Amino acid sequence: MQVFVQTVGIAGPGLDGWEASSPILAGRTEHRMAPTVCRIPDILSAAERRRSNGAARLAIMAAQEALRAGGLNGDSIATVFASSDGDGDITQHICESLADAAREVSPTSFHNSVNNAPAGYWSIATKSHLASTSVCAYDMSFAAGLLEAACYATVERQPVMLIASDLPFPFPLHRIRPVEQSFAAAFLLTPAAERPGPMRWQISLDPRHTATPFPSWVPDSLRSNAAARCLPLLTAVAKNHAETVALEYTESSRVVVLCEPAGEA
Amino acid sequence: MTPLTLTAMAGANSLGLGLLATWDALRRDRHGLRPNDFEDATIKTWIGRVDRLEAEPITGDLAEFDCRNNRLALLGLRQDGFEQAVDNARRTYGADRIGVLVGTTTSGILETELAYRRRTSSGELPPTLRYRQTQNLFSVSEVVRRRLDLRGPVASISTACSSSAKVFASASRWMETSLCDAVVVGGVDSLCFMTLYGFASLGLLSERPCRPCDAERNGLSIGEAAGFVLLERRSAGNGDIDLLGYGESSDAYHMSTPHPEGLGAITAMERALERAEMKPIDIDYVNLHGTGTQANDLAEDRAVVKTFGIHTPCSSTKDRTGHTLGAAGITEAIVAALCLRHGFIPGTVHTNRIDPLIQSRVMRTSESRPLRSVMSNSFGFGGNNCSLILGKRS
Repeated sequence: MQVFVQTVGIAGPGLDGWEASSPILAGRTEHRMAPTVCRIPDILSAAERRRSNGAARLAIMAAQEALRAGGLNGDSIATVFASSDGDGDITQHICESLADAAREVSPTSFHNSVNNAPAGYWSIATKSHLASTSVCAYDMSFAAGLLEAACYATVERQPVMLIASDLPFPFPLHRIRPVEQSFAAAFLLTPAAERPGPMRWQISLDPRHTATPFPSWVPDSLRSNAAARCLPLLTAVAKNHAETVALEYTESSRVVVLCEPAGEA
Repeated sequence: MTPLTLTAMAGANSLGLGLLATWDALRRDRHGLRPNDFEDATIKTWIGRVDRLEAEPITGDLAEFDCRNNRLALLGLRQDGFEQAVDNARRTYGADRIGVLVGTTTSGILETELAYRRRTSSGELPPTLRYRQTQNLFSVSEVVRRRLDLRGPVASISTACSSSAKVFASASRWMETSLCDAVVVGGVDSLCFMTLYGFASLGLLSERPCRPCDAERNGLSIGEAAGFVLLERRSAGNGDIDLLGYGESSDAYHMSTPHPEGLGAITAMERALERAEMKPIDIDYVNLHGTGTQANDLAEDRAVVKTFGIHTPCSSTKDRTGHTLGAAGITEAIVAALCLRHGFIPGTVHTNRIDPLIQSRVMRTSESRPLRSVMSNSFGFGGNNCSLILGKRS
């Protein structure tokens, strides 16, 4: 499968947007650790800004950046959301309420508890009536999401935004899933023949490659975030040179991405 | 799209274990709902519970996955010769060429809910809680894939109540792009406190068995179910039911309320028809999402009337199974397949008087007649919609 990467968005610790992060990923600037800046995305209406949960805001912040850099309307883009853990704050809040004698669950927390809450808020913000799929494959959620997005672009011949995001769990959930940092990234992908973009990805399943390691500068505390596993691909985009990235997927296969600047080959 | 064949099906739900139990219940107008007796949940409502899950822990190699949701998944897999059919497919294609896609909304969250009751004095969760194998949405796909000894691509899909309709769309794309030669699609959701108390907080649970399309309907009945289908190319033969089309859309309207005119639903149904290269008149029966809430049934009715007019027979079977959430898509796809196979349109079992505002042709009583093509609708929170079209081989 072949797709073009049009634009990307990023929100992570010391990685505040693509413009600031691109030189870090390309190795031109040193990464300096700082908490992930979590703004409330202004693409959301006032009502949705108020209602939306942390997981939705984080994912949408990255998606909004990729959308605004891309020159496409949001209503012409399908979406694939990839997340391993969803929203731990909501899980904590609901489980805490359910352990109380009163068992009063907040209706807003409940509708925000669905794994596709970010997708719901995003579709409302962009007025996109196109397909949206939310996938999970634990630590391999980004790899599964990339496959889903590539299949979608290839078969449906529509642009697709792939958004990967995960957040730390609060106490006491943190012990069962120790994620330290929030991280989200978005990739606006277009079908190969329809709309060329700056970088071409050829994507396949292959058992022979070993997984590409994290770039050496990536702090340990970020490596436990499943969504951060897309960092080798973001690095390829930042460097904009030909590179093969292999993402860990199943025991018998890697998702292999042949990246090349679209001007070449 | 290139049609795919449903070469094997299996399921477990409140109607019983296996396809025969579901078919028998459809045919005899039997339902599987009962007054809520789930654990110590005190909500006054009716539920579609699968018996004996509490008494059948997962043992052996997969014991670490033991939780209500995965018990239900493995119970579903054991029905209808499904594992044998997958064995045969594995020998034909190789384990690497068969994918697994399972829809779920709450996975094994029940384990975490119960663990919160057993927190230590310092507030810590008990160390025995296994997140990856229970609560994480992927655990059900992992346990299914390991049980079936498959090694192809795998993912869980979680788009609320459309989850296990969406697995058909994604599987179709996996086949179209030659990632796979066959895909095991499934949906599994089990009773937990979060969904019972959550839907109660939204005022969406009926205190009686749910009555889709009834003038006095006042909410849904939650159920639990596991359903699985093996999808292969039509040339592989060995099946009487085909997947002819799927349509996906987003409402882009509200997180928990459907678009009042059913715009997203219309788009999903139209896309499914386009993909199947069919006209509305070609559809002989629509299995509605039909949850039994005021807003849902009315919005879906508007959408059905806009798409099909007022003559196409339709009904919801959630009054028999309960709303099985992430398993609803595949449970009703299997119902649609049984309707096609046996030439049968199920009526409603608890609905007394059809809402006069509902204009589509909702079937009060069941009817036997040959069917060629059936649509099944699944719509979820976040405005996520998916319609499927299944057809009977002539």
